[in-house]
Amino acid sequence: MTPVRIEIDREACVASGVCVLTAPELFSQDPRDGRALTPAEELAPEQVDAARAAVDHCPSAALSLRGDDA
Amino acid sequence: MPVDADSTPVALPTARTHPFDPAPELAALREQSPLCRMRYPDGHVGWLVTSYELARKLLVDARFSMKPFRPPVGDPAKTAEVQEVEGAREEATGALILLDPPRHTKIRRLQAGYFTVQRMREHRAGIERIVEGCLDEMERHGPPVDFVEAFAAPVPGLAICAILGVPGEDRARFERPTQIAEDPRSTAEEQLAANDEFRDYAHEVIRSKRARPGDDLLSELTQTSDLSDAELAGVALQLFGAGHETTVSMLALGALVLLSDRGRWERLCDDPSLVGGAVEELLRYLTIVQVGAFTRTATEDVELDGAVIKAGEGVTVSLSAANRDPAKFADPDLFDLARDAAGHLAFGHGRHICLGQHFARLEMEVALLALTRRFPTLRLAAAPDQVPMHPPEQFLSGVHELPVTWG
Repeated sequence: MTPVRIEIDREACVASGVCVLTAPELFSQDPRDGRALTPAEELAPEQVDAARAAVDHCPSAALSLRGDDA
Repeated sequence: MPVDADSTPVALPTARTHPFDPAPELAALREQSPLCRMRYPDGHVGWLVTSYELARKLLVDARFSMKPFRPPVGDPAKTAEVQEVEGAREEATGALILLDPPRHTKIRRLQAGYFTVQRMREHRAGIERIVEGCLDEMERHGPPVDFVEAFAAPVPGLAICAILGVPGEDRARFERPTQIAEDPRSTAEEQLAANDEFRDYAHEVIRSKRARPGDDLLSELTQTSDLSDAELAGVALQLFGAGHETTVSMLALGALVLLSDRGRWERLCDDPSLVGGAVEELLRYLTIVQVGAFTRTATEDVELDGAVIKAGEGVTVSLSAANRDPAKFADPDLFDLARDAAGHLAFGHGRHICLGQHFARLEMEVALLALTRRFPTLRLAAAPDQVPMHPPEQFLSGVHELPVTWG
């Protein structure tokens, strides 16, 4: 199974914080400008569903999953 | 169904047949053609979006601009008269909702660090004190009370004062003028005078932050940003305006929804763990931005759903219709406390999504937790259909007063 990673398009991010609301264990916000941060390197298999929900709910289409075949 | 670009344009449907449901024509339009031609009050023929899927697609598309300012409802002569004065003011260049990138990006990032999920947690205890204070006062007064005056208005008013670091007594300085400016029944002269009053207050706040900076967003911006005083006053105007009246509407209408069905209210009193979900469902169900998101205008020809929105054409996205789309939310006209309403568009979508959404959630959650704990016998003292509502062409839905009693 290919490792799945979250990618954040920092230019597209509008600091909504919706990712933190959706998947608090995977995201935080930069205290300076509110933009999304993800501490996770490679996602554990049980984290992938939450990551997908965050990608789906992102209001500025700034998130994507790399290596996600589903 | 393919969209006919020459089909007869509709006017934005606004007339409600039930106080909580959007105009029924919106659902019919969504079924026939979720992207249809719409005539604006100024005669411009643009488009109306009524489905969840197209609403999201359109609002995230970078090829749309916030300019020109073109409301989908209202008296066009009055809009033009007010806009001629307001649009030219330097303060307007600090108001996020009127801006496109790159300026929008700059002004939003300057503020967004103060509205993060983490940052809002730090304000929880302060909001709890405000809420408890209002409930203490309600208790001392005794039943009946006007819930708007006693609770729904002061909580957001005092909360925005607290996070922006101004005294709570300042409430009247921004609440009164916003009410007049937002009321479609005000004349152009009344709206302009109210805007002047509000702008004077914003400038006073900026001067006082410069003189005595505190630990708050506006103080930091006066110290570290390159924005002029007029631009900073524009930022303050939007923070004070958008930062209170939306939550006033949500608290008052939310109470009306919850109290109009006894079982619903009691369920929430019995199980506080439902409050978080109830807040999301109230946001979805009520979608108080009742006339749709601010008009977007295509900056180039954009293909959407088999149609071409031509450069220069305006688009109104009905957030209310999108949030009642059965393709996204099963049985959408049902208010369901236990529903997973995540993904609703009550705060908008795209780069203009509400900057203060986590602040609004926090206020609503703290308010509902305290109300259900301290006033479990709270009930309406008027028939739900007798409660005076905002006119349907007002930007936000809401109630003017809400008589309640308890005990």
